[in-house]
Amino acid sequence: MYNSSKKKQTVDQPLTQVETHGLLAYPHRLNFYDKAPLFDVTVEEFEICALDRLRILAEIESSAARNRTWEELKNVTETQCGKYLPLSANTAKSIRLDEQRRKDHLGHFVLRLAFCRSEDLRRRFIRAETTLFKVRYETDDYKERENFLSSRDFNWIPVSDEEKNQYKDRLFHGPINDDKIKAEKFYKVKWTRVPDLVEKRRVFLKGGFAYVPGREQSSIVFQEFEVQLGKALEMTARLLPRLDEDTRLVPVLDNLSQGFLAGVSSEWSGVLGSDNANEIKAEMIDDLARKHFPMCMRSLHESLRRDNHLKHFGRLQYGLFLKVLGLSVEEAIAFWRKAFSRITDDKFNKEYKYNIRHSYGLEGKRANYPAKSCLQILTPGPSEHGCPYRHYSAENLQSALLSTYSSQGLSSADLPEIMATVNAGHFHVACTRVFEITHASCGVSKGEGVGGGESVTHPNQYAARSMELAKPKVEEDAMVVD
Amino acid sequence: MDATHDIDPSSPEVMLTFYRRLYPFKAIHNWLSHEPIPTRLFTHREFAFTLPGDVYLRYNSFSSAEELKKQVCQLNPTRFEIGPVYSARPRDKKTVRSGAFNPLQRELVFDIDMTDYDPIRTCCSNAGICRRCWGFISAAVRVLDTAIRNQFGYDKLLWVYSGRRGIHLWISDKEAMDLTDNERKALVGWMTVITGGKETGRKLNIRSGSKSLPPPLQDALQILRKIFSDLILADQDCFGSEAGYEALLELIPDSGTVERLREKWTKDPNRSSEDKWSDFREIVRKKPESERLPLQAAMEDVVIQYTYPRLDAEVSKHRNHLLKAPFCIHPKTGRVCVPINPDQVEKFDPEMVPTVGQLLRELDAIGKTEEQGTDHHADWEKTSLKPYVDMLDKHASLLMEEVRREKRGAEPNLSW
Ligand SMILES: [Zn+2]
Repeated sequence: MYNSSKKKQTVDQPLTQVETHGLLAYPHRLNFYDKAPLFDVTVEEFEICALDRLRILAEIESSAARNRTWEELKNVTETQCGKYLPLSANTAKSIRLDEQRRKDHLGHFVLRLAFCRSEDLRRRFIRAETTLFKVRYETDDYKERENFLSSRDFNWIPVSDEEKNQYKDRLFHGPINDDKIKAEKFYKVKWTRVPDLVEKRRVFLKGGFAYVPGREQSSIVFQEFEVQLGKALEMTARLLPRLDEDTRLVPVLDNLSQGFLAGVSSEWSGVLGSDNANEIKAEMIDDLARKHFPMCMRSLHESLRRDNHLKHFGRLQYGLFLKVLGLSVEEAIAFWRKAFSRITDDKFNKEYKYNIRHSYGLEGKRANYPAKSCLQILTPGPSEHGCPYRHYSAENLQSALLSTYSSQGLSSADLPEIMATVNAGHFHVACTRVFEITHASCGVSKGEGVGGGESVTHPNQYAARSMELAKPKVEEDAMVVD
Repeated sequence: MDATHDIDPSSPEVMLTFYRRLYPFKAIHNWLSHEPIPTRLFTHREFAFTLPGDVYLRYNSFSSAEELKKQVCQLNPTRFEIGPVYSARPRDKKTVRSGAFNPLQRELVFDIDMTDYDPIRTCCSNAGICRRCWGFISAAVRVLDTAIRNQFGYDKLLWVYSGRRGIHLWISDKEAMDLTDNERKALVGWMTVITGGKETGRKLNIRSGSKSLPPPLQDALQILRKIFSDLILADQDCFGSEAGYEALLELIPDSGTVERLREKWTKDPNRSSEDKWSDFREIVRKKPESERLPLQAAMEDVVIQYTYPRLDAEVSKHRNHLLKAPFCIHPKTGRVCVPINPDQVEKFDPEMVPTVGQLLRELDAIGKTEEQGTDHHADWEKTSLKPYVDMLDKHASLLMEEVRREKRGAEPNLSW
């Protein structure tokens, strides 16, 4: 892909499939990403690796907004990583470790390109990546972590027993004996490498050096990761203008950084719609909307019912949503024909039918249009049908929430929390919280999101998950009937 | 003693004469630039001027000491402040691309002000300051100076009297100049025990988990025990009044002890602070060990609470904070903001600092005997400002020597 300036020109061999773990191209699960990936990738691979990583970083970011504890964050991140970016230990024999690690490596570097462009993006990227590194560091096998640590020079000076003796009343608490002095390790580093420990007075300082106890060693590692990444991003930012000439990549990168800004990964491929075995009929939609649709689609559905009409962009947005939900083109035509009750068959066939077939890829350039993601709905466009959490006034939003969802368990007591996230600009977090509240009866608890702690990033993801949660109950009912 | 009554420090003519004939621009330049010629540390440095009528001019920068002097004499500010070294010349701020104008370097600075000691000092209040309450400032200087040198290893420290009732510290070691805001915040966190303002009366929270003091505070305590006894007990008699000893009782974590002491002290209102402290110590001494240890810890906390430096953290945390330049005149007192030798800080008397009025009279006196020359550059040499300018010069030459040494060390690498 691209070359960053490197001091050491090592042999840049393209990666070959190495199955012998002794000869891994990536001997460690943890990576400081010092070296840029120098293998060839397709634009698709480039984008997929980045998108999968972005999901994880976006979830880490929203963890702060959702006030998760470190343990909760760790669990959610691990679950998400398991789904989108698994990274196994060396002991996992049957796994293609290099392939996983190559993806991790590539994804990180693609996102560097996307996020080096502004101070704000850099800062947020560094924070999210450092958190991801911490999660992996904490979950890494002890021995493998030790190997990783000794594989690079952290420039720490082990404190000798003599020196430990000299400062023993400063380094040790409680009763001190020779065994204790020998047993506990200390590392000497410039104090600026452990600012967090200094701020909390958790180290001994002498002549500008911090004496870091072994149990705080990770602080040095995390700080090093953060500082190195910060420097690398600034370097990348300076090199980026050259890359901008590659027009294939620019839109991909723009899309990625915008997604991060909106707090959501940009696409949610509506695969869930396709494995929906039960076909959705036009007449089921009222019921489905009431039970399973997110606020944006509820509001479109209600305008359609109220006005017997929807303007172009609303039609497009809602139509694609229903398509991904599993509505076939025949059912879609039936649904819209009925909905537009005030117009003639002739007008409908002339003006609307073509568009519906077109959106199903049956007319024109026959493209399979995806449904709009939260990101697209959030970004102000020509449509007046945006994200209600973002575009409604506070007053309207609160009354809309109550009238829409009070039958599903949302009460006015929930409003302050939701409005607080809205006011902080975390619209998808508000939407996720509403999902949790309205699905509490299905056993969804706070923090669980649309599964595994994942936040809402796509209306179809919301609806699909909601329908999935309702499923087992339907089956139980069916068994009872049998 | 009558230094100020006939010359008004706030008069523009007085200030202009001071800037033209006395202000040591060259010494200030050398100190900021670390070299006898203007480096980026000088040319990319922000100066901010306060003009009469609260006009505040920011983002000035100068290519030489002469240019700075020319501008100062033209604007005749009531005072001026020194900010960070930016990535571009501050005067070009409007024309450089946004994002290309960032603070890069800055002396690490500290500001200690008497205001934060108002709840405990008994000799003066508000704007007042005397030799006695200067003891709080000199205690702070002792602790901070020692900690910065021993713990952080910095030794290019310049202490400057703020002109009324406080003191500033400017640290010019290269590493200190380069600290990021985050690192400054960490260092300030390390140093901060008592936050100023309303929270001063709150119990300290300095012992995490284990009962012993963290190492830096053990070091500070060595210095502060003596200061506590001299300043808090003997001089200020901080526990003399009822309000004074009640404040102490609040810091004692054992209600039995508190009751016994309160009873004794109410009966005998004339007991001095020293007596009261002995009363407390006696009770603690007789306790069984399990009860004694927490009370001894509380006694240490009291010592720290009453004498540990009270820092204005915001000043130190951000590179782009502006701080009044040394040798400015305090508009209310007319005193010059002179450097202070930290080894002599206990002997420093704020009331003996030369005032602008006094200095101008000294100038008048020599003007009568000497031909009024065109060259005013060294006029300060003939006044009582001289020892202070010499101090800054000496400090600046240390910085310049360091740079020369570094350059010499770097030469072999350049010879390839
Ligand atoms: Zn006083």
